[in-house]
Amino acid sequence: MTSRRYDAIIIGGGHNGLVTAAYLARAGRKTLVLEKRPLVGGAAVTEEVFPGFKFSVFSYVVSLLRPEIIRDLDLPRHGLQILPLESTVTPMENGDYLGSWADPDESRRELRRHSPRDAEAVVLFGRLMQQMAMAVKPILGMLPPDPASLAPSDLAGMLKLGGHMRSLGAERFHALFKLMTMSSSDYLDEWFEFGPLKATKSASGIIGTFLGPRSPGTAYVLLHHYMGEIDGAFRAWGFQKGGTGAISNTIANAARALGAEIRTDAGVERVLVKDGKATGVALESGEEIQAPIVASCLDPRRTFLQLVDEKQLPGDLVEGIKRYKFRGSSGKVNLALDGLPDLTCLPGYGPHLRGAISISPSVDYLERAYDDAKYGEFSRNPYMDIVIPSMIDPGMAPPGKHVMSIFVQYAPYHLNGGWTDAKREAFGDAVVDTLARFAPNIKSRILHRQVLSPFDVERITGLTEGNIFAGELALHQLFFLRPVPQWAKYRTPIRGYWQCGAGTHPGGGIMGASGRMAALEILKGA
Amino acid sequence: MLKTTPFHQRTAPLIRAQTWRRWSGYQVASAYDPQHDREYAAIRNAAALFDVSPLFKYRIRGRDATRLLDRMVTRDVGKCRVGQVLYTPWCDERGKVIDDGTIHRLGEEEYRLTAAEPNLRWLTLNATGLDVDIAEESESVGALALQGPLARAILEQVSPADFGALRYFRLVQTTIRGRPAVISRTGYTGDLGYEIWVDAADAIPVWDALTEAGDGYGITPAGIWALDLARIEAGLVMLDVDYHSAHHAVIEAQTSSPFELGLSWTVSPDKGPYNGRPALRREAARDPEWLFVGIEVDWESLEALYHVHGLPPSLPTVAWRSSTPVYRDGRQVGYASSGCWSPLLKQYLVLAHLKAPHYAPGTRVSLEVTVEHQRQQAAAVVRTLPFFDPERKRA
Repeated sequence: MTSRRYDAIIIGGGHNGLVTAAYLARAGRKTLVLEKRPLVGGAAVTEEVFPGFKFSVFSYVVSLLRPEIIRDLDLPRHGLQILPLESTVTPMENGDYLGSWADPDESRRELRRHSPRDAEAVVLFGRLMQQMAMAVKPILGMLPPDPASLAPSDLAGMLKLGGHMRSLGAERFHALFKLMTMSSSDYLDEWFEFGPLKATKSASGIIGTFLGPRSPGTAYVLLHHYMGEIDGAFRAWGFQKGGTGAISNTIANAARALGAEIRTDAGVERVLVKDGKATGVALESGEEIQAPIVASCLDPRRTFLQLVDEKQLPGDLVEGIKRYKFRGSSGKVNLALDGLPDLTCLPGYGPHLRGAISISPSVDYLERAYDDAKYGEFSRNPYMDIVIPSMIDPGMAPPGKHVMSIFVQYAPYHLNGGWTDAKREAFGDAVVDTLARFAPNIKSRILHRQVLSPFDVERITGLTEGNIFAGELALHQLFFLRPVPQWAKYRTPIRGYWQCGAGTHPGGGIMGASGRMAALEILKGA
Repeated sequence: MLKTTPFHQRTAPLIRAQTWRRWSGYQVASAYDPQHDREYAAIRNAAALFDVSPLFKYRIRGRDATRLLDRMVTRDVGKCRVGQVLYTPWCDERGKVIDDGTIHRLGEEEYRLTAAEPNLRWLTLNATGLDVDIAEESESVGALALQGPLARAILEQVSPADFGALRYFRLVQTTIRGRPAVISRTGYTGDLGYEIWVDAADAIPVWDALTEAGDGYGITPAGIWALDLARIEAGLVMLDVDYHSAHHAVIEAQTSSPFELGLSWTVSPDKGPYNGRPALRREAARDPEWLFVGIEVDWESLEALYHVHGLPPSLPTVAWRSSTPVYRDGRQVGYASSGCWSPLLKQYLVLAHLKAPHYAPGTRVSLEVTVEHQRQQAAAVVRTLPFFDPERKRA
């Protein structure tokens, strides 16, 4: 069964796939996106899980979305609307708290209460992180050159990279190398003394990885979370009105306006390959669709080992992909509430309920949470990043009611005995019990609860092992090594078959950079 | 000592950073929080509540009320039906704008006029020989603007009026929790929104009713910093910022005609005699010398100017209001009067006065920007106003 002809088919309607489609359509290519689920977005979806209560089911905040994509695709005209997420509060074990507020003076005064030294250091740290984000920014938009290659384009790329590194100056260059190699805990020890501050900052370094704050390499993930820019301000996080699914819909609207076609409930079974060249795809329904360009925004394992026959690929690539680390480590608990939580440390209503609540009282606490996971258990006392989207976007819940999003770590994909319904609920209980230690009224507020283990993340979104970044953001899997050496430029050994997901440089978060650069590469070759 | 508005008792405790500012001799909030981001977001996402009481308000009653207003303003007041609101400028005899505001037709022979500046003398002068009673009610009427996509849902909680039937630029005389109120579907944000006019004595209970009912809808008291971003996005001109009143201009060059302010649509081509008509008729026959337009600063160009210094672009998150040269091919062709970074549109938006023929949409111009103490020019393009015009504004 053959239907219409397309110039390009994008497998997977995740946000990167949609970005690729939009850029290809913008260049006049007749482009089709095929999404397995009834809705686009992949891990950036909004669903009314319980009547009247809408959740950003998986990914829940936004910062990294590249400004050039917002401009190129005119996303504000298609519905992009990012609302400010202004504060972070870390409840402490002793009943006190650490707050970080929208106003710099209020933040400094608050931190000074705990550590006058840190209150000054945090300003310098912020400046350095801004400088680092600026230093990394050109790399985010750079086709990763292969340092082992003598091809002119790679040499030119290395030269450009080298020139950029030199331009940073010694101090920033050294800081960048420390960030690339150290643990977030060690790195933050060089700056700060106050435990809850270090813990809350180091938490950015463990998100989405199967590493603890004391594991080397986590400082880079910390930096990855500082790269976001909103309105020219780095390290600014916000909420999309309507949840992260609305971002996906925005990009989908832009893609459609540019002429792309999007089909949902259209899972792809395999890529059709003839004489080493992609010719189209076969759907799970049996339908075949032809196109000379096929791009997969699925993660590397599915892109290389599921959609095509590994016999069509070089052995070292297959081995490399098999070794590529996913190791999903996080889960999500979404709560429908009939009222607001009451924090012991900050009782009653207040601006803290409009920001993030970070359950990260100490680095030891986080490391112990990791200890459980190392040996195959979910954390009994997990790290949690909590937001109440309905406080910022009233449309997410009925008036007076609320939705709470809890990102939880650690929940290892490879759980001892495997994930079962009972294990999932036990995990949900551990999360709620932990939260209840800081907000005792929470249990009486819960109307509905959705618990998602990494196994569920994989089952629903397809992300292998439930890794939210489509593969860990570890040094050995970044830049020209992402997903594997020699295949970091969005190409594959099969002509016409491309990678465009977060398993390629620069990787995870609602960033869109992988999808954009893949499109630009495809257009260069086409 | 600045005066306080009828809502002061409620607004004062909310101004956490004491960022008061003056507006027509009153003190009002620049922002309630130290930062205004959330207040701005409420305009486009939920509902923002502004105290706009410092507006000048006049009640005009009598057999000749329509004739007085018609003689004064450029729009055809005769076409304004009871329950309708007109936005209009008014001019001096040379056809130069004195002020702009709204006319609310409350009854056959009864109007309210709102204005940015005192206009009692001008009204009285124009009323010579007419059977009309003019009363200033600036102090006795409190005014709130409730602006944003959820504004209607909030009003429906506190007022029996049919807001689904209340069209854009119409008003309803109703009650808010039993207190008499005129609610007009108007505002200065370019969004779905309403303005609420109440007796100063009812100000506090009305404020309380709105904030209480709005709690589940994200109602957010908001100040002028947030309002300024929204009105620039909406391309709405502001007296004393974007133009000078003909009554205050020291030299001819400081005056503007309605055509030059992009308000040609408010100049009635066929109604009877009114202030400035001969001059305006002459001007209507040709392209205006100047035009108030939108300009969008090119991001890559701005970024490059900062990149030279190793800096990220510095963006005006609070709108600026200082006259700034605009160039084309190295020659000055006009000046910008307000500008800001639009958090919604993710664009650097500017309102500017450009000379003919440089104001055509799409014209490439450049805006003077100061980067690291050096005057530079960022590329920009002329855009049609408004920059932002959501369907819900009229729907």
